Amino acid sequence: MTDLSVANTAKKTAFDVDAIRRDFPILSQQVNGKPLVYLDNGASAQKPVAVLDAMDRYYREMHSNVHRGAHTLGDRATAAFEGARETVRSFLNAESTREIIWTRGTTEAINVVANGLAPRLKAGDEILVSQMEHHANIVPWQMVAERTGAKVVPIQITPEGELDLDSFNSLLNERTRIFAITHVSNALGTVNPVATLIKEAKARGIITLVDGAQAVPHYQPDVQALGCDFYAFSAHKLFGPTGIGVLYGKAQLLEEMPPYQGGGEMIERVSFEGTTWNTLPYKFEAGTPAVAEAVGLGAAIDYVGRLDRRAMEIAEKALLDRANQLVETVPGMEIIGTAKHKAPVMSFKIAGLHPSDIGTLLDQQGIAIRTGHHCAMPLMAFYGVPGTARASFAFYNTLDEVEQLFTALQKIQRLFA
Amino acid sequence: MTACEQTFLNNPLGKDTTLEDVLDGFEFLDDWEERYAFIIDLGKQLPSFPDEARTEENYVHGCQSQVWLIHHYDEESGKLYLLIDSDAMIVRGLAAIILVALNGKTPRDLLATDIDELFEQLDLFRHISPTRGNGLRAMVGKIRDTAARVATA
Repeated sequence: MTDLSVANTAKKTAFDVDAIRRDFPILSQQVNGKPLVYLDNGASAQKPVAVLDAMDRYYREMHSNVHRGAHTLGDRATAAFEGARETVRSFLNAESTREIIWTRGTTEAINVVANGLAPRLKAGDEILVSQMEHHANIVPWQMVAERTGAKVVPIQITPEGELDLDSFNSLLNERTRIFAITHVSNALGTVNPVATLIKEAKARGIITLVDGAQAVPHYQPDVQALGCDFYAFSAHKLFGPTGIGVLYGKAQLLEEMPPYQGGGEMIERVSFEGTTWNTLPYKFEAGTPAVAEAVGLGAAIDYVGRLDRRAMEIAEKALLDRANQLVETVPGMEIIGTAKHKAPVMSFKIAGLHPSDIGTLLDQQGIAIRTGHHCAMPLMAFYGVPGTARASFAFYNTLDEVEQLFTALQKIQRLFA
Repeated sequence: MTACEQTFLNNPLGKDTTLEDVLDGFEFLDDWEERYAFIIDLGKQLPSFPDEARTEENYVHGCQSQVWLIHHYDEESGKLYLLIDSDAMIVRGLAAIILVALNGKTPRDLLATDIDELFEQLDLFRHISPTRGNGLRAMVGKIRDTAARVATA
């Protein structure tokens, strides 16, 4: 019997993964003497040459401060920077670039919103989140709740890792002011039915935020179709650079919110008698922004946009399907999070093994995964585990890599036997 | 003598299993599988850890897995005995190596032991991630703090 004797019935696609892999130089290296198998895309994805080149070219040919210089380089930098904002607007199908705020990432975007909505909150108000949120979509709300006397209330989940819709419906009430939910769970891969949930919340006049950090690498959200008030994501999970992210917000709400940080760029006029704020989106962008990173994110979105999205989704699903088929080849292995609709994320445990043991020994075999609580401690508590091992796939991963993961897991298990 | 004290004194690590054993054992291991099988086996020598000692006070912060450390200072012999527990097998093995080097010594001898040199000798840090390296340092740090405290008490 071969190690991976389970027949592969996953669908083959026309998606040319070999050609795509050549766009990602980092993937062709060796780690611990083995070809790198990078399955930690949920933590951060790798960057195509298109992104590296765009950032390199920006620094070589057009760098200067934006919106300031009375000179040609300043104009070029500003054009590249604002061009990237338009790329993001188009990616999200937002109405206007006024609604696209640059942040350091998803975490900062949620903090901007939590801080901005604080003046609307009073004691007894409720902020509805879910049990499966990343800490970034819990802690900013807890901090604002502490300041205002509001309460953070979690929606329960089912053992499969789906949102419990009965819990959602029973928790929505006249005290609910904000509903903040992840589009895709980072730890489980569950894709939440955000459009339906937002519709219910909006019908009650509740402000809605979607944490899209784990969704954008796999799906293209349409914020107008979703109807959410805010949508946040990070560039680095979308094959772009670290240090930059996006907050989409409906213009009217953004107008009403106080700025997040004070400083340059975000002001209209400053005097010691009083200061007035700049218009959107600049009101929320104090200081010199991450210009090269914005350009890099624009290039990443353009790169992904050139791929066949439909074929990409099918290819990613094939990776997850193959992984699910192979679970039975590793005795004691159990998938955590078996929602019907899942992004290509496989969180798992193996009886008798600690996730950190699994991670260390996979690394010895050149395979990178994430282990630990995934910044989702309430979720780990729900499953009664200290953490899980998580393989998260991207469109540049191959079926062969999935099989290598399982061969490596079998080897690890023999080591502990 | 309490049962718990007996556990401390009977700990084979540093007594029956010596540093030479570990160094000799490591010398002939050349691939990761053998190296880790050896580390995991060493971890199996950790004596069972008293349940009631898994407290916040004894918890070693900074490790990816859960790690606890307790000590017993034998005033008669002037030696410091240590017990470590973890829920991760590789961490248990690394803890066993630490105990082989540090267990059952006087606080003064313990503090004079260069554990980094030992890890270098075993070529351990090259094979473990920085995050795990931090956990190891946290364990060693807590042991050294304990020794320093006992020595000045």
